[in-house]
Amino acid sequence: MILDGKCPTGPIQQTWDKHCFDLKLVNPANKRKYNIIVVGTGLAGGAAAASLGELGYNVQAFCYQDSPRRAHSIAAQGGINAAKNYPNDGDSIYRLFYDTIKGGDFRAREADVWRLAQVSNNIIDQCVAQGVPFARDYAGYLDNRSFGGAQVSRTFYARGQTGQQLLLGAYTALSRQIKLGTVKMYDRREMLDLVVVDGVARGITVRNLITGELESYAADAVCLATGGYVNVFYLSTNAMGCSVTANWKAHKKGAYFANPCYTQIHPTCIPQAGDYQSKLTLMSESLRNDGRCWVPKKKEDCGKHPNEVPEEDRDYYLERKYPSFGNLAPRDIASRAAKEQCDDGRGVGPGGRGVYLDFSTSIKRVGADTIKERYGNLFEMYEKITDEDGYKRPMRMYPAPHYSMGGLWVDYNLMSNIPGLFVLGEANFSVHGANRLGASALMQGLADGYFVIPNTIGGYLATVKPGAVNAEHPEFKKCEEDAKRSVETFLSINGKRTTSDFMRELGGLMWENCGMARTKESLETNLKKIPALREEFWKNVKVSGSGNELNQQLENAGRTADFLEFAELMCRDALHRNESCGGHFRTEYQDAGEAQRDDANFCYVGAWEFKGVDKQPELHKEPLKFENVHLAVRSYK
Amino acid sequence: MSDHKTMTLTLIVWRQKNANDPGKFETYTAKGITEHHSFLEMLDVVNEDLILAGKDPIVFDHDCREGICGMCSQVVNGMAHGGQDRTTVCQLHMRKFKDGDTIYIEPWRARAFPIIRDLIVDRAALDTIVQAGAYVSCHTGGVPDGNAILIPKPVADESMDAAECIGCGACVAGCPNGAAMLFTGSKVSQFAVLPQGKPEAAARVKALEKAMTDCGFGNCTNHYECQAACPKGINVKFIARMNREFLKAQFS
Amino acid sequence: MQLFSSSIGRKIVMAITGQCMVLFAIIHLLGNSTAFGWLTGGLNAYAHHLHSLPLPLLWGFRLGLLALACIHIWFGIQLTIENRACRTQQYAVKNMQKASFASETMIWTGALLLLFIIYHLLHFTFQVINPETGALINPDALGHPNVLAMVVAAFQNVGIALLYVGAMVVLFLHLSHGIQSSFQSMGWSNDRTQPCLIKGSTLGALFMFLGYAAVPLIILVRILK
Repeated sequence: MILDGKCPTGPIQQTWDKHCFDLKLVNPANKRKYNIIVVGTGLAGGAAAASLGELGYNVQAFCYQDSPRRAHSIAAQGGINAAKNYPNDGDSIYRLFYDTIKGGDFRAREADVWRLAQVSNNIIDQCVAQGVPFARDYAGYLDNRSFGGAQVSRTFYARGQTGQQLLLGAYTALSRQIKLGTVKMYDRREMLDLVVVDGVARGITVRNLITGELESYAADAVCLATGGYVNVFYLSTNAMGCSVTANWKAHKKGAYFANPCYTQIHPTCIPQAGDYQSKLTLMSESLRNDGRCWVPKKKEDCGKHPNEVPEEDRDYYLERKYPSFGNLAPRDIASRAAKEQCDDGRGVGPGGRGVYLDFSTSIKRVGADTIKERYGNLFEMYEKITDEDGYKRPMRMYPAPHYSMGGLWVDYNLMSNIPGLFVLGEANFSVHGANRLGASALMQGLADGYFVIPNTIGGYLATVKPGAVNAEHPEFKKCEEDAKRSVETFLSINGKRTTSDFMRELGGLMWENCGMARTKESLETNLKKIPALREEFWKNVKVSGSGNELNQQLENAGRTADFLEFAELMCRDALHRNESCGGHFRTEYQDAGEAQRDDANFCYVGAWEFKGVDKQPELHKEPLKFENVHLAVRSYK
Repeated sequence: MSDHKTMTLTLIVWRQKNANDPGKFETYTAKGITEHHSFLEMLDVVNEDLILAGKDPIVFDHDCREGICGMCSQVVNGMAHGGQDRTTVCQLHMRKFKDGDTIYIEPWRARAFPIIRDLIVDRAALDTIVQAGAYVSCHTGGVPDGNAILIPKPVADESMDAAECIGCGACVAGCPNGAAMLFTGSKVSQFAVLPQGKPEAAARVKALEKAMTDCGFGNCTNHYECQAACPKGINVKFIARMNREFLKAQFS
Repeated sequence: MQLFSSSIGRKIVMAITGQCMVLFAIIHLLGNSTAFGWLTGGLNAYAHHLHSLPLPLLWGFRLGLLALACIHIWFGIQLTIENRACRTQQYAVKNMQKASFASETMIWTGALLLLFIIYHLLHFTFQVINPETGALINPDALGHPNVLAMVVAAFQNVGIALLYVGAMVVLFLHLSHGIQSSFQSMGWSNDRTQPCLIKGSTLGALFMFLGYAAVPLIILVRILK
């Protein structure tokens, strides 16, 4: 089936304004008759719940953490992009649009990206009004820094914790609405199912993580802002609780999953130290403003102390390969380059999985104090984890799974193919194409939450009768029964392996065979091994305790079960896409190490329809048209 | 790197089934721990063994494991987050301990934070304080340009110093009075110094102060244990600022 | 009034009443220092000046002080009881990072000071303890109450002198935390001034200790007779 993104037509500059005008409106007095469920309270979900509540809708918001403030958006360090052009360095909405399309390797929708670039400016204003303490200069103006994949300085930041500050902005707005009673907050709840009645999303089933009770909530629209799925690699920069579960359950209820193979591997993370490790820690991309990546030219130098490797024996591989962007090459390219050096046997640190990020040149140029002022907290964090002083010896870095560009398919209104189901932020697939540029995730989350969904959801709600279905409907009971059954199954298996043991194995398979580089063979291996692992999981997993209490093993078991199904889809998508683009690198399709796209055959969004756990999913395509940016080979040389 | 050296530690951990259970300490042994394990990874190792032995694993809050989400909350040897300067317990590494050490692990203890299970406490009171008014009441949309309000760097920095709070509650756990003055003070100060926050400053400090008391937090006696416990090193000057704002608010 | 009902308000009241009493203590110390002879007629002249103040003023001052002390004590007890209730279960390992012995014992040093002040009033003001050495019944050559003789007689007794010095150690503890704490509670503190306030508070408390302890000590070692 050919999917229609329902993008507005006409000159792209006017698409969003025209679309807003064309959308039907809900009368202010009628808004309070509509219930909206928002799952997830990160930047997208938090901003959406606050904005929708303020508009007058009845909002019910859910998160699995103990407070809406803890969603993983909080961990973003570097910054948020906007086309303000405050530094007068040639930026514009058009340039941000262009950079994002190009950065995404021409696999995103033009209209969605334009809208993102357009509202990016409103986001900065909004956050400033909320009291987000962005970095300022002495005269009081907002400060900017540079980020990968762009030649202008358009990144706004708040020390090394922009994510937390923006999230607190959304969280405080949400708190205000909770106080006003327009939003009811349900924390420590995990979504276990989407309730679909007659083809329309009508509510959700959640598990109360404290009492273990299964609860049903009905609404006129459901918004999923449930983040990404890179924990499928087990070790990633995501929080421990991040999972594909909400999205996967929606997928199993009929929502199409688009481009699951587009995963971002962040180039600068602290390398893994041992098998026991539970997560990887990212070091902000902003470090590459002043740090230089290198590995020894000679393999025999890899074991030496880095400061003993003479300058002429160091290979500054990013500067060598991409002279115009140098160390600020986009993430996919920088990650792949690092892997290439390590595969060549010139990696450093344990297992040869690491490259150096060296600040000595910058320290000589601007002084250690300036570097400390810019990145002090990151150097501290590095030292806490590795016990090494980044000022005195180069940091060791290795790429790690960080973000998922793929997600549930949505149209221009952010509505999935299931009427009434909206998907926001990282959970949808819409704007980043095959690769996301740094400082764009925060921008997308807030754009969707503050400015897109408050407009587009009205267009849908105006066409439906409020309160058509309530939680007494038999479908809700059925979903609760299903969830109850799976809890009982987990508890009854009583096998010999823990959930994290399974996740470690799955993660290993995914990283090895569907990670930074994929081949037909590696993916086919996974398509054999994953179903076998899944089968073993359902026979041999060990979950102790009971279902009617706080039981973290049970939570993990549910998430692992979903990852075991999702991983297969991800490999299938990667196998079908016979090209390399952005974060999806198929070794067979390259031109001397650079990704080789196949626009003739793959210039489309691949959206998969679920047909059953052990059945082949069906592929639907949404062709991508580029009318404002010419399809070109992406070059950062 | 000394990957081969491993440690064996004795853990004395608070176990409590639920809010009504009186709770007690249990002793466990953590084996095969290296200096690169984080504190929570060390607990993961212990838990894997407990699960396979059919026992209840130790339950604790955690999420980002990179020191920013504020979910982790353990008192290690009497110190919230383990006592390493400006470090959450998830970022505390085992190189800070020696082979053979005995480690006491307890939950946050304060009346306003009832224990849910083992090391997990209910910190909803902190959300309640924020809901009472720790925000600028602006609408989505219809706000001036970001540069229309000039905020000199020292002011922005002062606000940012307060805004670094990750809401973990270590200040309450560290305070012998179970007071939330550092948390509340940082919220009051973040907005009080900014021009955007000034119009509501008086109403905000009164509302937050009342919410803080109503939630069952104690009173400040200026021990400054909160600052020592804070993983972000939030300074007690923000408590002084709140006091000042509060006094000012009485006359406005 | 939020000042008398709220958490911060009551701390501010504690700070104001405490600061007033510190001011009184400084004036009292100045009065004591006349024993070193800088005022013609010494301690006795000073006492005479005080007593020749109009009665309403003197008693107004005394009652004011009494009120300050009562408020300070009342809120001190109230806040302490509340604070104890906010942490019902203590940690198995007590490991304080910044709190000092002084900050943790404010309620007890306060209670000891109260007992001492009562004793001191009965001893030197109302002269019901050891009345035979009382200043009122033993006037000096000018017919003024002989305060110096009373004080000298008292502090030549090792027990009494040591009791006073001991009380001043307690005062030192109470003030070393109390002075800087009152600045913090009033909001007169920031990250730059706070370390100075903490040091200043200790120095101020030390000064008070030395000043007050000097009189009994020099009498005890018979420098002042």
